[in-house]
Amino acid sequence: MNSKKTKVLFMIPYLLWIILFVILPILLILWYSITDSSQHLTLVNFEEFFTNGTFLRMMLNSFWYAFLITLVTLIISYPAAYYLTRMKNQQLWLLLIILPTWINLLLKAYAFIGLLSNSGLVNQFLGLFGISPVNILFTDFAFMFVATYIEIPFMILPIYNAIKEINPVIIQASEDLGASKWQTFKYVLWPLSWPGVESGIQAIFIPSLSLFMLTRLIGGNRVITLGTAIEEYFMTTMNWNMGATIGVILIILMVAVMILTGSKIKRKKVEL
Amino acid sequence: MKKILYAVAAILLVCLGLGYEVSRLEQPAVKAKKQSLIIYNWGDYLDPALIKKFEHQTGYHIIYETFDSNEAMYTKIKQGGTAYDIAVPSEYMVTKMEKAHLLDKIDPNKLSNFKYLGNSFIHQSFDKKNEFSIPYFWGTLGIIYNDKFVRPGSITKWDDLWSKKYRNNILLVDSARDIMGFALVSLGYSMNTTNLLKLRLALTKLNGLGSNVKAVIADEMKMYMVQNEAAIGVSWSGEAADMMANNSHLHYVVPKEGSNLWFDNFVIPRTAKNKKAAYAFINFMLDPKNAAQNAEYVGYATPNEAAMKLLPKSIKNDKQFYPDPSTLKNLQVYRDLGPKVTQAYNDLFLEFKMYGR
Repeated sequence: MNSKKTKVLFMIPYLLWIILFVILPILLILWYSITDSSQHLTLVNFEEFFTNGTFLRMMLNSFWYAFLITLVTLIISYPAAYYLTRMKNQQLWLLLIILPTWINLLLKAYAFIGLLSNSGLVNQFLGLFGISPVNILFTDFAFMFVATYIEIPFMILPIYNAIKEINPVIIQASEDLGASKWQTFKYVLWPLSWPGVESGIQAIFIPSLSLFMLTRLIGGNRVITLGTAIEEYFMTTMNWNMGATIGVILIILMVAVMILTGSKIKRKKVEL
Repeated sequence: MKKILYAVAAILLVCLGLGYEVSRLEQPAVKAKKQSLIIYNWGDYLDPALIKKFEHQTGYHIIYETFDSNEAMYTKIKQGGTAYDIAVPSEYMVTKMEKAHLLDKIDPNKLSNFKYLGNSFIHQSFDKKNEFSIPYFWGTLGIIYNDKFVRPGSITKWDDLWSKKYRNNILLVDSARDIMGFALVSLGYSMNTTNLLKLRLALTKLNGLGSNVKAVIADEMKMYMVQNEAAIGVSWSGEAADMMANNSHLHYVVPKEGSNLWFDNFVIPRTAKNKKAAYAFINFMLDPKNAAQNAEYVGYATPNEAAMKLLPKSIKNDKQFYPDPSTLKNLQVYRDLGPKVTQAYNDLFLEFKMYGR
């Protein structure tokens, strides 16, 4: 039954999928990025990217915002996930955390517009104390706030699972042997929950690099990241070659992030 | 396992039911003739009652598809596999499509209602003999202000936007050509400038506006202006009309130094399958009565002089949307500037969005 033939047969749909929708598109993007509009091979696009201050600044912006979003999310999520593992009715709390992810991102963005605008709920509330409308929408703060809100479930879940898997006896043992709370956290809890933190970081940092809809809807295009540029090059000026180049650079950056966060886990294990 | 099967069956059943309902609802009004006419237009840019009327008069069945940017439409038609009989690009896109050999010639002599079009709206620079395009609507780029925050009459020219009073209070439409364009006009240059130095100067001037700009957005601007979120918006006349219909405090000004005059036009793509129907439809829409009804529904300005006469006074005498000749003569029509300069406009605009704050 489990002959080689059937194995191959079962692989076919998945292989087809991977080739058609993952490998071929990436090759196409690569091809576009190393050609010009008349199909000649060239590295002009990359040269343009790395010699143009605007692009470099955009890359810096993307990185900086993605870093901040990830950091804030982690700071909020780690304690939340930890206390979640100590709670009763964990399934209910988990459901409440997951629930917002069932709502379409666009709807959530529009809901925040309703909350943060000059006539929005937040300003109406501030108005009760005689504070005149504060400009919240279209600021860096609003952008960070909404992005963090949206990403939090994706950070809490993996960390929760990782902490949940730690045998409580280990923590108790650490305390019995005289470790302070901080030492227990630093030498036991954190390293053992690292795989969860790692996948949380990857799940947030990488998409945050090219967040695009939020920069427009909440950031009012006052926050510009590489995603904005890609949209411009593909949709407005139809310079697909340059757009693809930015795409390739983003992919390389993402792979780099994966490798960097991935290698850390090995090092930690050695230390232990 | 059984449960899953039931669930799958239920989902399939729901899909089937919805599918049936959709096909029942979308059944053509006229069944007798199988001939159809496929129109590719902007969303909500044609009175649906006129589609019904046309179907009844001629027996053609209309399939109406929509796009939301000239570029999206261009890409779709260029990639082929479509059979649109009529599309509605803006003027610079007409040139671009013609250069890419995507358009079929149109013979105005075959359109008995062509004569109703106003002289100032035909034979424009982008199509001197109207060989490829027939004007559908026209409009301007201008300033929308809210009289709760801005004294009426205090904004008459582009330079007024730079006033310190409007700090963090201006919304700009996310369109490189328009925003760079008004900066160029405010410096006294043409909106079709190709000189890179002049474009740089325009960017410098725009950067000075940065602290007044609250956001650079697209369609959402309508919502914000209606909700009194900002004092001033820069957008197109048609958008302004929509906003003003929902908030009586809003007003629209076309700055006197000049601004953009734009046209949306009927064209017949090369790939059209039913040219006879396309001609019939264009002629039908040029009929003054239909054009007037459509202009009233859509809210943009019609180039059809005979139709204008049929419009209610409140619309046709509205200087905001049908500006007087002295303003009209300062308006400039965009030319297709080719990929290089278009890219320059967009790159500079992106730079403004990044640094000008």
